[in-house]
Amino acid sequence: MALSSPLSPLGQSPPRPDGPGKVTGATRYLDDLEVPGVWYGATVRSKVAAGRIRRVDGDAARALGAVVVTAADLPGPNVLKVIAEDWPVLAAERVEHVAQPIALVAAPTRELARRAAAAVVVEVDAEPAVFETTDPATTLPSGRDRVLASCRSARGDASGALANPAVVVVEGVYSTGHQEHVYIEPQGALAIPDREGHFEVIGSIQCPYYVHGALEHLFGPGSVRVRQAPTGGGFGGKEEFPDMLCAHVALLARASGHPVKIVYERSEDINGTTKRHPSRVRVRTGHAPDGTLLAVEIDAVLDGGAFITLSPVVLSRAVLHAAGPYRCENVTIEGRALATNTAPNGAFRGFGAPQTQFAMERHMDRAARALGLDPLTIRARNAYRPGDVTPTGQVLGDDTSALECLRVAAERADFLRRWTLHERARAAFHLRGLPAPGIGLSLFWHGTGFTGNGERKMRSPVRLALLADGAVEIRVAATDFGQGTEVVLAQIVADALGCELARVRFAEPDTDRVPDSGPTVASRTVSVVGSALFEAGQLLANELARAGGVVADLLAGQDELVVEAHYEPDPTTDFDEATYQGTAYAAYGYGCDVVEVEVCPDSLATTVQRALFVADVGHAIHPVLCAGQLEGGALQAIGQGTIEEMRLENGRYLQDRLTSYLIPTAQDAPDMETILLEHPSTMGPAGAKGVGELPADGGAPAVIAAIENATGIACGDAPATAERLLADLLAGHVVPGGSSVDPFGLELAR
Amino acid sequence: MTTWNVRVNGREVSVEAPPMARVLDVLRESLGLTGSKEGCGEGECGSCTVLLDGRPTCACLVPIFQVEGRELCTVEGVAGTELDPLQRVMIEAGGVQCGACTPGIVVSLRALLDRDPRPTRAAVRESIAGNLCRCTGYERILRAVEELVGSEEADA
Amino acid sequence: MTVALRPTSLSEALDALGANGAVAVAGCTDLMVVDHAPARAHATVVDLSRLPELRGVREDSGGLWIGAATTFAELRESKLVRERFPIVAEMAGTIGALQIQNRATVGGNIANASPAGDSLPVWMALDAEVEIAGRSGSRRVPYDEMHRAYRETALAPGELIVGLRLPAADEALEQRFRKVGTRAAQAISKVVVALAARVHGDELHGLRIAAGSVAPTPVRLRAAEALVEGQPLTPDLAAAAGLAAAREVTPIDDVRSTADYRRFVLARTVRRMLLACQGGEA
Repeated sequence: MALSSPLSPLGQSPPRPDGPGKVTGATRYLDDLEVPGVWYGATVRSKVAAGRIRRVDGDAARALGAVVVTAADLPGPNVLKVIAEDWPVLAAERVEHVAQPIALVAAPTRELARRAAAAVVVEVDAEPAVFETTDPATTLPSGRDRVLASCRSARGDASGALANPAVVVVEGVYSTGHQEHVYIEPQGALAIPDREGHFEVIGSIQCPYYVHGALEHLFGPGSVRVRQAPTGGGFGGKEEFPDMLCAHVALLARASGHPVKIVYERSEDINGTTKRHPSRVRVRTGHAPDGTLLAVEIDAVLDGGAFITLSPVVLSRAVLHAAGPYRCENVTIEGRALATNTAPNGAFRGFGAPQTQFAMERHMDRAARALGLDPLTIRARNAYRPGDVTPTGQVLGDDTSALECLRVAAERADFLRRWTLHERARAAFHLRGLPAPGIGLSLFWHGTGFTGNGERKMRSPVRLALLADGAVEIRVAATDFGQGTEVVLAQIVADALGCELARVRFAEPDTDRVPDSGPTVASRTVSVVGSALFEAGQLLANELARAGGVVADLLAGQDELVVEAHYEPDPTTDFDEATYQGTAYAAYGYGCDVVEVEVCPDSLATTVQRALFVADVGHAIHPVLCAGQLEGGALQAIGQGTIEEMRLENGRYLQDRLTSYLIPTAQDAPDMETILLEHPSTMGPAGAKGVGELPADGGAPAVIAAIENATGIACGDAPATAERLLADLLAGHVVPGGSSVDPFGLELAR
Repeated sequence: MTTWNVRVNGREVSVEAPPMARVLDVLRESLGLTGSKEGCGEGECGSCTVLLDGRPTCACLVPIFQVEGRELCTVEGVAGTELDPLQRVMIEAGGVQCGACTPGIVVSLRALLDRDPRPTRAAVRESIAGNLCRCTGYERILRAVEELVGSEEADA
Repeated sequence: MTVALRPTSLSEALDALGANGAVAVAGCTDLMVVDHAPARAHATVVDLSRLPELRGVREDSGGLWIGAATTFAELRESKLVRERFPIVAEMAGTIGALQIQNRATVGGNIANASPAGDSLPVWMALDAEVEIAGRSGSRRVPYDEMHRAYRETALAPGELIVGLRLPAADEALEQRFRKVGTRAAQAISKVVVALAARVHGDELHGLRIAAGSVAPTPVRLRAAEALVEGQPLTPDLAAAAGLAAAREVTPIDDVRSTADYRRFVLARTVRRMLLACQGGEA
């Protein structure tokens, strides 16, 4: 059998192979799997944010027929190894956040597990806890240092430039809050033990090898096989947290001798799992009168929650993106991640970059007003061009498209004319009682793949297997949790092989079968894993050509022929983690969002009506899925900018269910248009850049800019809820021309 | 335990369950119909949407005793041996990503289209306002329906 | 162990509800939520959803009768409701999403007595009467007297809501409804206001304004009404009424909003709704 050579599938939008199972309900997600003899696990959690554990007594739960696991029962170290080793599997002496796991139970039915968990006695001496990054405490009540990570990126002399009296200095402080991922399928995992004390763990997860590493750390090498079940959304929420949940089911399986499953209920999921890091970012910029950036000084503080987990790398990405896609000779960016007594904040689409770019984008609008400019002009003046140099000294390539994204978006949306119209008309709206229209814009960038030398250290291996029936199987640890990984990677392989798409299959991510091609994070699946797969495809194509294209000859009686390739970053680049100098990312995607709103004159409620997303994706391998990433990501970011609010009360999230933590419905979502630009990078297959996270950077600042255009309220905080806008109005946070909001009734809120 | 007689996806079934058992659990655990998903357990996310006597309903909020003698249609009942045109266009237009909300959305949209074969965009939005999707931003779902309606009009 | 009873007549239902611990249900959209699993584990549940005495929407010379087991979807679809009381249909379309509207009932929303219940201010503004049945007989309660305290209604143990009677609406009856939530669909109210009045020239007569989510119960805004009743309605008067409304309520800070915001929005909404009665922008 020979492989045929049709037209390249790149740039087509073939139907995703997992589609039929999903639209018919046939796909079996974790909770849909039939597992004979399965027991159900439940988690006993802290009710207080900080305290000393005096007693944990599981006797009453055991009397009900449940098994109970506490920290004392762990076979190995009580730690989930992420970056540091400070995240306990189960709280032992202290609890450091509400909902921290203290004990686990398993029982033959869900109901019994629930009752058994309630029967575990936990006594804790509560201590005063720390909830704000602005709290002056230098340690948590447990005595641990609050600085979880810090880093600095600098080029030129920002403070010197800002001291120049000829420079117009603009300063602002911006913040973003906790954001919940709201994957529609809650976290879940299943562990199946065998007689040798080994486990098979199946989970709703993004990163099978993260779980594999965490469990081997607990149970020893060779003890675990990890498989990904079809996964109903992740967005970063199923990156590092599943290490914890998978460890829990494995512990319960070991203790009970039964397969054990845990699927979180929604409120447990919201209370117990990671969130987007809240941020507080101070920006000072110095400008020439025409708006040109002469200096940028940024101080970013992220709220890491109680444990280090991924905060150092989230902070790093936050700092490296903080100055936005803007050229400037004098830049200083400092970042710190501080501990608080909440569940650890973690990976969430964008990974720190949305927080700092929110600050920078809101700041650019503020600077424009201070200089008498409009949002388009100030950005156009400063947007990166090819050959510009980033704060890390990286010289940007010919594919640098910030200005192009801005130009295309502004033209398509007729931005400047409409923004100006709304600015002029603003004052009249309240008199007529009509909703006030506004338009806002954001410009942003996002580095593709791991930061710095991450990809070089990883050297992601990927494999392709040629099978006897002529099919080619992709073996990578890259997981699909919605993005369309299977079809997109298959397109890349089919292109390399010059074969039909239908010939290419995708192996289930299973640590017994696929190599560790790295976690499915950092917008790296197409660009990094896809690049390596393209190379593997070429290797296989060469082998086949040598065999005259005859599969049977090449296999020579073997079941399969496996080729392996690695992702190799450009060897001429380097990044120095000590000095933060060098190539921070191998490629950058750019985007410009234009969002149009109406703000209700009475309630200050925002209706998002239309949105335009212009994004340079390098090369759109699958334009429909690519647009879907941009649109879905943007709506999450618009939600973050408008309604997705989480407040803490004694360390517990007030909005801990889907009736109180509100995400946009189909009636809240705007009509969307997406324009894909293709400025090929030298990194990804056919020039593709990362696309998964890019849209997380632009939605929140654009929608709040639109609210500002509509109302004159200058809000620097996400989400800009109606209550927040009212508070800003009362505090005088309005644009220089004043707010258009009719003051009637304001005195009632003072 | 009591025996309940319900018509599910066109077939009469008898099932044993306590009266207050959630229809969602009966479908998933007793009848093996796991297409309906649980995303919140309180009628907010819509991923358990089924048709009860033709009307979209959250199966997590209905006790089994109330459906005695009535008719349920789940996502498994939407397609025959081949995909429903709605299901096909949902895949092609990019209306499907992670798939957790998809069964509920397919059920809600099928009910809409059965009642109103040429819905406005606003009507499509309203019909799935009770089905949270966190992946797509909804745009490609709306376009899927628009493509379907457009192609059916072109055929007519 | 839970017992679920499905009475087929009102008298059977009343007998069943007389038992200790009996809980009346219809749409079950409150009882079935996951957090209430323990509450429903040991109850006697009495299903009212199919009682013929509680079903239907009918008109007679006195006005409109709405059965307590009517769902919000049925309200939206009822031609009678849409023609006579458009704000009832409008309100019904803001309850949850379709999945909830298809199940939740008029009687259930009243008996559940959430201060944020969207239907409650509408019934209050429309001067509804609640028909209540008990084993000792039936009685009618003016809607103003229905909600006594936080989540406490005028229903005595063993009683149930049979239906609502809305006094006839003529063409001069001005009706307004406004719900402010965090998002466009499936939102629990932060402020909800309903208004009804008869317009005579530039005056409003028989003005009734009611609001939800601004006090432990839905409330009439009597100070605002008194300012406006029978007076020439000017923008200044509408504004004064809005301020009076905001001052006579007792909103709180909670998971959904703040007391300040609720007062601010209530004042502006009442003003806007009053002006709208005079042909201003709504």
